[in-house]
Amino acid sequence: MTAGLWENWLLPGIWITIQLTLFSAVFATAVAFGIGIARTSRLWIVRFLTGFYVEIFRGTSALVLMFWLFFVMPLAFGYQLVSMWAAVLALGLTYGAYGSEIVRGAIASVAPAQREAAIALSFTPAQRMRRVILPQAIPEMIPPFNNLLIELLKATALVSAVSVADITFAAQLSRLATGDSLEIYAIILVLYFALAFVLTRLMRLLERRAKAGIGQAPVKSDKGPLITRKLSARQESEQSSNIITGGAQ
Amino acid sequence: MTWNWDVAKDFLPELGRGLLITLEATALGSVLAFALGLVWAMAFRSPTRFVRWPVAAVVEFIRNTPLLVQLFFFYYVLPTWDIKFSALTTGVIALGLHYSTYTAEVYRAGIDGVPKGQWEAATALSLSRSRTWTAVILPQAIRRVVPALGNYVIAMLKDSPMLALIGVVDMLQKARAEGASSFQYIEPYTMVGIAFIVIAYPASLLMRALERRLGH
Repeated sequence: MTAGLWENWLLPGIWITIQLTLFSAVFATAVAFGIGIARTSRLWIVRFLTGFYVEIFRGTSALVLMFWLFFVMPLAFGYQLVSMWAAVLALGLTYGAYGSEIVRGAIASVAPAQREAAIALSFTPAQRMRRVILPQAIPEMIPPFNNLLIELLKATALVSAVSVADITFAAQLSRLATGDSLEIYAIILVLYFALAFVLTRLMRLLERRAKAGIGQAPVKSDKGPLITRKLSARQESEQSSNIITGGAQ
Repeated sequence: MTWNWDVAKDFLPELGRGLLITLEATALGSVLAFALGLVWAMAFRSPTRFVRWPVAAVVEFIRNTPLLVQLFFFYYVLPTWDIKFSALTTGVIALGLHYSTYTAEVYRAGIDGVPKGQWEAATALSLSRSRTWTAVILPQAIRRVVPALGNYVIAMLKDSPMLALIGVVDMLQKARAEGASSFQYIEPYTMVGIAFIVIAYPASLLMRALERRLGH
């Protein structure tokens, strides 16, 4: 293998993969919450349009969507997306559609009495969602979102097809340059596995933190969520030290 | 947007031929995923940990790494070991192997769902191990897992365009070839996207109906 493999190809590739996962995850989460909440709307037209969105983006392949955004958009609308953003857009839209089902399911799982109680307290629909429903639904979403993020991390490999220099692209280039296919692809597979492992660990931390957040006494003041409240400063510092120790307890 | 119906009409037969390859890859990949997944699920229940542990490790590794990289691995590494397959065969192997790690979990849940009394009854009747599996456990387990397996067939269908990246002439590859030769990108890529929705949407409706019917 060549000497500059890590510095020239793999390390920048890992960095791009991490960035891609991060950007697409943020975008997908925003889409998931927007669409997921809108699907519980009382207006049928909102439910219909968001349902249509979900079926379209769950029905097609992320790779085909990426090619479409990359090749068709410039011709059809005269606007060339940077390949990185075409990739983030394709992944975010696709995984946002999957995620919206998680959000919808978690909202549906909140006990109806909670909603009724919030109505009885004459909360506006927005207040109900923000202060009663979501604080209880979010902890439910974390385990399925963890799986979704692992899928998203793996799907970032697709972006190499539109020439984004992620790890898979780095592997392709170094295979062409050195002719070593076994070593390169074995390294790349292990790298993805390691990234997935770290991501799972981080999400577990978040899950524990969310669990610690609920089940505490409701806050009396009208600030902050009604059902749950933020961790105290001491708990916060304990949690963040877990990140450093890798959550070993 | 300049949609050209003539280009679309010319591409239609190509799309059809590509669709056949896409469906072929999905069908063969599914058969492999169903068979291998069952093997993994039964190995998980093996009494010897020398079987259980390595299988669990391999399955975990395959599940947590991208299908695309596995595809490239098989496509570029196997020939260096003098194992030569066509691109389609390589694609089917990668697709089937990758999804077998998902179906293994489905089978595992199905097998765990068979009441313990069934195992005990099989022991009481002094059925052999293979007969316990084939005559008692699997017939009950498999019925429960059909809808979940069906969902993975749809997932495989949507992942099959990756095979185009190793040169399998499926729908996406047809669109790429069309775009590369005539610079007509809009119609082929859009038609491929629509084709996926047209197949995947009724299929997912069917699976949902099946799930409801089997009372999940």
